[in-house]
Amino acid sequence: MLAGPRLSANWSAHLILLLGVLIFVFPVYVAVIGSTHDVGTIARGEMPLRPGPYAIENYQQAWTSGEGERVKGTAPVSRMMLNSLIMGSVIAAGKIAVSVISAFAVAFFEFPLRMFFFWMIFITLMLPVEVRIIPTYKVIADLAMTNTYQGLIVPLIASATATLIFRQFFLTVPDELVDAAKIDGAGPMRFFWSILLPLSSSTIAALAVILFIYGWNQYLWPLLITTSREMNTIVIGITKMIGTGDAQTDWQLIMATSVLAMLPPVAVVVLMQRWFVKGLTETEK
Amino acid sequence: MKRRAIFDNKVLPYALLAPQLAITLVFFFWPAGQAVFQSLVRQDPFGLRTQFVWFENFATVLGDESYLNALGVTAVFSVAVIAIAMGSGLLLAVTADKQIRGGTFYKTLLIWPYAVAPAVAASLWLFIFHPSIGLVGRSLNQAGIRWDYALNGSHALLLVILAASWKQVSYNFIFFLAGLQSIPRSVIEAAAVDGAGSRQRFWRVVFPLLSPTTFFLLVVNVIYAFFDTFGVIHSLTRGGPGKATETLIYKVYVDGVVNLDLGGSSAQSVVLLLVVITLTALQFRYVEQRVHY
Repeated sequence: MLAGPRLSANWSAHLILLLGVLIFVFPVYVAVIGSTHDVGTIARGEMPLRPGPYAIENYQQAWTSGEGERVKGTAPVSRMMLNSLIMGSVIAAGKIAVSVISAFAVAFFEFPLRMFFFWMIFITLMLPVEVRIIPTYKVIADLAMTNTYQGLIVPLIASATATLIFRQFFLTVPDELVDAAKIDGAGPMRFFWSILLPLSSSTIAALAVILFIYGWNQYLWPLLITTSREMNTIVIGITKMIGTGDAQTDWQLIMATSVLAMLPPVAVVVLMQRWFVKGLTETEK
Repeated sequence: MKRRAIFDNKVLPYALLAPQLAITLVFFFWPAGQAVFQSLVRQDPFGLRTQFVWFENFATVLGDESYLNALGVTAVFSVAVIAIAMGSGLLLAVTADKQIRGGTFYKTLLIWPYAVAPAVAASLWLFIFHPSIGLVGRSLNQAGIRWDYALNGSHALLLVILAASWKQVSYNFIFFLAGLQSIPRSVIEAAAVDGAGSRQRFWRVVFPLLSPTTFFLLVVNVIYAFFDTFGVIHSLTRGGPGKATETLIYKVYVDGVVNLDLGGSSAQSVVLLLVVITLTALQFRYVEQRVHY
């Protein structure tokens, strides 16, 4: 039997964890502070570690205009947040919809080339955007889908991982349930809607959390596909605002934008922690 | 494993698979095929003539000094990011696994950075380490250390490593914690009864039992360091100063999208593709050991 945790061991554990939390929180704290001062205070290198009086102005300016004295050519943060929100939620919904029906087909039907199709989906795991940048861009350009939501979203909707997870879950659904549904005269789609989907609800919730964050945080793809500022996502917008990283730029706006950009995905993780952890640990297995 | 109870329908399964397969074909297989094709040919700038050159693009790329530089940068960057992110993740997980007050509270406070986009993490750290306006950057310069990430290559590399690792610790923390919690308490207690100290218990019992998790995380972290950190580098340093922070993936982007060198960029893509295939195969071996279909 183990001796109960000693006081000293407890102290060092708290110390390590607090230090970890501090390192995580510190950059965000500084960003929040930065977003409450005016451009001059920051540029002179005089920013204190206390909040300044300009919070409302800075956030308002970022939200409604997105441009400052030096930062030019960015869309209002509200517009870019909307783009990110659309991208995150439609990618999550789309990936789940497309994957759940594929997995249903593979797990509940017997048909020629079944495993061939399954492997075709599986192999896309090995083809991330990064290794096919230019040809994929060409496809989008040929389809006239640059600077559109379809272009941002559709190519990212295929999902090998989500398909694998749903398939694995479907294989655990007892045969008796299927038999019972059949005896009651339910066809495959009736079974899918009335029995299978409700059973999968916790898997769907967990995946939705992970995939929303995935979509919101996309970088390379929106960078390639969107050239008009109206279509930029918030993450790309921040890079544009930073530009060459001059000391004399509108840091207060960049920090306000950074804080706003991380708010939705962080809120999703914190508020839906249980689904998040479940989704993460299950997607990767 | 196969089901006994299956539905009978000749058309429906194909219809259900159609959306996924269509996207896969148009946006995955066709472009990947194009990348392989482009890597084997040379085109004039107007795309009028195409000449088949076999592995010449690969030879050019692999013999190119800037490619070897990118390889070196990627190696240093990846090893540093993986070591920091996995080391801190493990330390925090082992600590949080001890039964202390407020355990769940700490957990919440330690997992959220996962949700921060790499490019946003970059902007936060830039604001702290900016040589003239950043809290830390400014203090370093006042203390006589000439800190400037825009001029000094090692400073730039350090900054991207820091921003990239910071965001990844949470991920490793979550998995290490899940791994630790799945180790039966009785095993550890048995070791304690046999007289093993806490250090010995960790390295002789816990760490080996954790090795599947560690191995899996190693693969995921390599993929993260190779690919997902593009945003950090693009928004912080654009590969500079000089080529001090130009990783393999950043070079593919620059050569293809900025310099429009299709053959060279495609050859680099194909090399990266081989890396991904190897890693995925490794990961799948792990999956096969752990999960029973």
